[in-house]
Amino acid sequence: MTGALRAAALPLLVFGLLAAAPFLGLGAGWAMTLLARAMILGIAALSLWLVVGGAGLVSLGQAAMLGIGAYAVVVLDAAGVTEALVVTPVAIGAAALFALATGAVAMRTGGVSFIMITLAFGQMAFFTASSLAIYGGDDGYTLYGRSTVAGARWMQDRLAFHYLCLGLLLGSFLLCRMLLASRFGRVLRAARENALRAQAVGFEPYPYRLVAYAIAGGIAGLAGFLLANATEFVAPSFLAWQRSGDLLFMVILGGLGSPFGAVLGALAIVLLEEWLGHLTQHWRLIFGPLLVLAVLFLRGGLVGLGRRHG
Amino acid sequence: MVEPILRLDGLRKRFGGLAVTDGVSLEVAPGEIHAVIGPNGAGKTTLIHQVSGTLRPDAGRVVFAGQDVTALPLARRARLGLARSFQITAVLPGFTALENAALAVQARSGSSFRFLRAAATEAALNREARAALDQVGLGPRAGMPAGALSHGERRQLELAIALAMRPRLLLLDEPLAGAGPEETERLVGLLRGLRGRYAILLVEHDMGAVFALADRISVLVYGRVIATGAPAAIRADPAVRAAYLGEEEAA
Repeated sequence: MTGALRAAALPLLVFGLLAAAPFLGLGAGWAMTLLARAMILGIAALSLWLVVGGAGLVSLGQAAMLGIGAYAVVVLDAAGVTEALVVTPVAIGAAALFALATGAVAMRTGGVSFIMITLAFGQMAFFTASSLAIYGGDDGYTLYGRSTVAGARWMQDRLAFHYLCLGLLLGSFLLCRMLLASRFGRVLRAARENALRAQAVGFEPYPYRLVAYAIAGGIAGLAGFLLANATEFVAPSFLAWQRSGDLLFMVILGGLGSPFGAVLGALAIVLLEEWLGHLTQHWRLIFGPLLVLAVLFLRGGLVGLGRRHG
Repeated sequence: MVEPILRLDGLRKRFGGLAVTDGVSLEVAPGEIHAVIGPNGAGKTTLIHQVSGTLRPDAGRVVFAGQDVTALPLARRARLGLARSFQITAVLPGFTALENAALAVQARSGSSFRFLRAAATEAALNREARAALDQVGLGPRAGMPAGALSHGERRQLELAIALAMRPRLLLLDEPLAGAGPEETERLVGLLRGLRGRYAILLVEHDMGAVFALADRISVLVYGRVIATGAPAAIRADPAVRAAYLGEEEAA
């Protein structure tokens, strides 16, 4: 029981801090914007964690699912639909469907081929978004405003949006944890550790991995919906492969062993970027080596660090 | 004669110009331990792959429990009740011993597309997994990560996983490989306990164990079965002695 309590201590602390942040001197506009961005990318990182840490498949195409969620907001906005109760399911559904269709092909392969195929599908989505002239093409699309919820405009409210992002981050985290512990997740974990063993007791990994990939796509779509609303602007850069790389880095830095690693990794990278950016214009010169050191010396990721000293 | 649980019918497999399995036919009766022996390079591993479903034969049929399974992959054959153990131990190191066995129980206990409940809290899965561990004497180690078990214990766990599948045929690929004398003794005792209750196709290098356990032995040389019979008949067969046993005695 104390073990379970200890495992929950770090997530409780971090989610508690995020909940209290607006009242701990981080209530200013720029700070709330930054935190919202960190939490939203945390949701996206969680979705990628489900693929990499959960199913053991390294993908470089997760930004495509994020971008499709964001573009769902754009397409519906252009059609005059801004109701979140409609937009959110469409964003999640479109991203999950894209993941299902591309995953069905990508998962015929493994290892490096899987990375390359997810990258290729991501690039296809990127160029498609760039060529959509009615939605601004390369220049992107500025939303008229944030989505309404049951007709009300409360997502405009900074504090309300903060807690919406926090609630969905927490919900995504709990969802990933629940999935991994379930029968479904047990098969995923077994196939990750030794696919031949999973087959030898009667499990073909393919359908389980594909469903995990589609669920991850849906979660990324949700993050895309939030990101579009946070910035009130969507551009093809949302789908760029560099963002997929960033997400992968968040997941690895945070630690593959637990979904909470993805949350930590996203928070750490977004906040570190911001902090270093304030210190110097050449912040990437510091950021790069820091990341290299982190990967070399934090084998279990940030989450492993907390565990060892906790 | 009773209907065999497994029938191999003229299996052939070539790799390039080399016929590694050259028309192998054999049967395993219910409750029988049928051992396959042969010198190195005889094609035992290739044969096992074709029986378990990781390799497709070029010709011939694999009939399991009256059903032609030649075209079915490993996972499908496993669900039909064909349980294989691996020569190089393939337990899941990050899973506990109990969860390794529970995974096998789960595979035959309804859908695994269940997302809500934690699998570790399913008492029915754990109970049967526990029984399989007890059967091989691993009960006290149930909570240990499989990666932390000794080599011999991992061999026992391999067996427990196979038993947890409630198999109709056990396909054991060198279950004694790498085991020390004491571990070997314990494992042979375990296998003897399974005799008569499970049909077993046993591939094993340890001749002492094979002759102690097997009801029937098939001798594989260069991809062909040169003799099949009771241990005493095999021991006396001049062709077998020439091809195989003589080599052992000379060594």
